[in-house]
Amino acid sequence: MKKLMTGNEAFAYGAYLHGVRVAAAYPGTPSSEILANYANYPGVFAEWSPNEKVALDVAIGAAYAGTRAMSTLKHVGLNVAADSLFYAVYTGLKAGLVIVCADDPNMHSSQNEQDNRNYAKFAKCPMIEPSDSEEAKQFVGVALDMSEQFDTPVIVRSVTRLSHSSTPVNYTDEGPPPPPEEPPAYERDPQKFVMVPANARRRHPVVEERLKELAEFAETTPLNYIEPGSSKLGIVSAGVSYHYAREVFPDATFLKLCMVYPLPEKLIREFADQVEKIVVVEELDPFLEEHLKLMGIEVHGKDIFPILGEFSPSLVRSCAVKAGLIEAPPAPPELKSDLDRPMRPPMLCPGCGHRALFHVLREEGVLVTGDIGCYTLAFAPPLNAMHTTGCMGASIGVAHGIDKAGVKDDVVAVLGDSTFLHSGVHPVIDVLYNQGNTTTIISDNNATAMTGFQEHPGTGKTIQGHPAKVVDPEKLVRGIGYEKVDICDPYDIDKMEKILKDHLNSKEPSVIIARHPCVLSTREKHTPPEVDPEICINCGICLDIGCSPLVQEEDHVRIDTLLCNGCGLCVKVCPQEAIIER
Amino acid sequence: MKNIDFLMAGVGGQGTILASNILAEVGLQLGYDVKKAEVHGMAQRGGQVDSHIRWGEKVYSPLVEENNADYLIGFEMLEAARFPHFLKEKSLALVNDYRINPPLVNLGKANYPSKKEIEALLLERADKVLWVEGTGIAKDLGNPAMIGVVLLGALSNLVGGDKEAWLDVIGRMVPQKFVELNKKAFNAGREVSG
Repeated sequence: MKKLMTGNEAFAYGAYLHGVRVAAAYPGTPSSEILANYANYPGVFAEWSPNEKVALDVAIGAAYAGTRAMSTLKHVGLNVAADSLFYAVYTGLKAGLVIVCADDPNMHSSQNEQDNRNYAKFAKCPMIEPSDSEEAKQFVGVALDMSEQFDTPVIVRSVTRLSHSSTPVNYTDEGPPPPPEEPPAYERDPQKFVMVPANARRRHPVVEERLKELAEFAETTPLNYIEPGSSKLGIVSAGVSYHYAREVFPDATFLKLCMVYPLPEKLIREFADQVEKIVVVEELDPFLEEHLKLMGIEVHGKDIFPILGEFSPSLVRSCAVKAGLIEAPPAPPELKSDLDRPMRPPMLCPGCGHRALFHVLREEGVLVTGDIGCYTLAFAPPLNAMHTTGCMGASIGVAHGIDKAGVKDDVVAVLGDSTFLHSGVHPVIDVLYNQGNTTTIISDNNATAMTGFQEHPGTGKTIQGHPAKVVDPEKLVRGIGYEKVDICDPYDIDKMEKILKDHLNSKEPSVIIARHPCVLSTREKHTPPEVDPEICINCGICLDIGCSPLVQEEDHVRIDTLLCNGCGLCVKVCPQEAIIER
Repeated sequence: MKNIDFLMAGVGGQGTILASNILAEVGLQLGYDVKKAEVHGMAQRGGQVDSHIRWGEKVYSPLVEENNADYLIGFEMLEAARFPHFLKEKSLALVNDYRINPPLVNLGKANYPSKKEIEALLLERADKVLWVEGTGIAKDLGNPAMIGVVLLGALSNLVGGDKEAWLDVIGRMVPQKFVELNKKAFNAGREVSG
């Protein structure tokens, strides 16, 4: 039976089918749904870890203990988990370990578009790349088998267009192999698993030897193959780009590489001998192209296709036409109209507590170092209330550094509750230890909202619905040694303002927890207020809070009651008292 | 079996993703190879959501190619107006007659194009723009979240395929207690294009 599955659903199904029993992750677009789906299968353990490094260590531990394991992450998540990837490549494991890593070309929801194929080479870790959901399902199994055969973690690479596209998957009702009846004893092997220099020096040659064996494996595995076609043009491609290329070059000879590291050099040479011209179609970095060039093969790639952004069949075709590889297809006439179509950027939702906090911060004119989450949207007009954002957990260290550089501005760091638990704890320790006086604001909505409301250590529930101890950020920072800690609902804007001023004037490091649960999560909703058109002078001050239900009409502001959440922030900011609560 | 490419465009929260899932499943039910692509992530925050759905004998790319879409299904007028370059000649645009202002329009800093301008733009490629009072019909039936099913109803007449196949997929994919209501919404949509 065939079933449509997204790439992420298929990764999860594949992990279940192939006997993964422990999986750990931190949510990150476009990878989040893999673990969320996996967690629903029977007989598996899944966890949202506080961050990707912890998650990968958990998966490594399970694999050390002889249980097939998986960790899933987005491309930048592997930056966080890189340290663990590198040691696991040295130690190897006792059972299969698969790392499913999703890149985000075009940065649909990311801060950069790094190409994580480079991690495979950097960490000396094999990588395979499926191109649709059926392959996604199968390749998890392939990766686990490879992992066990070669005693190494294996990375399965995805991209947004694989993770979030749906394609048919062969679906069987056969479950995974049964679990062992007795829990196995842990096999202690410190020479292999304790990476002190003496042991690591013994492991490095093993890693290098393994890469050679993997390269031999790459030559004969059915993962890599030549699809015969015209000898005039040879296309080298992998992953989703392969499908775009197939549409654009229906007659070419193809080298489809599902194993992108290490590469099968003999197969590549065999392919090169069959065709007159070789073109590599790959998104982001010239990863395959450079390898072929190092082999001394004449090849085109980034001279034809961009290094930036995401590919599409339209883009591959237009580049191919420009380079003279194909004839331009007949096209309908160019569009004549130049209709102005205003963009629709994502915004904080109506009723979002972050908005009230950033309204206060903007009114106080403070410099805000920000972080990764829904609240990053506060950087945009009309709020304009965030001034730096780099990566998860960066806000606090950056604020501390700005402070130590000696600027006059008042600086606060703002990050969400999930981000705080991901990577904000160490920087608040740093501020305290190194005589900083940074004020850190945890904008606590009790959710990992941006990626889809996943549970985290502060929510009191695990991914599999079990009750959990709540890690309370207030107790945590007080335990670390913070003495100045306040909690405030940001909708109480007068109190919020008072607390903020008090913290800014204080010489000691401090924490404010601005707490209002995510209204999408709790479905909190109140009666929308009304604008009295007689009193409203259309000054537009309410519009500066950037709330979508507020619409400026000819002579007054109107509230779209379908969209309005009834939070009442506009009532509080209207200087004319023209917006009336009902 | 000829290829049919669909593009759906709407605003986060309008139900485009459920509708695109239904449309993809219908294709599979009718015996096509099917692929579907969309980007979520920030969609819930009122941003743009567009889905590509492709039916065919053998489909490679999950993304529709520009100049190639057979149908554009707009859940919101301005969102439909973003994609005429995807349409092929003699294609069809099915647009919900409904407007959601983007922030800059609310702030008085940009203009929302008129329905007439949007229609003219789409007609540069499409043979016809079929306006559907999807939001109104869904609201009258008691649930504005059913816009997508109303639009699918209108689309089903144009695309063809056994009506029961469409209803069967809808029955499987919407919440159990809303199945009957959604079937009504689907039939109401069929009347628009019938």
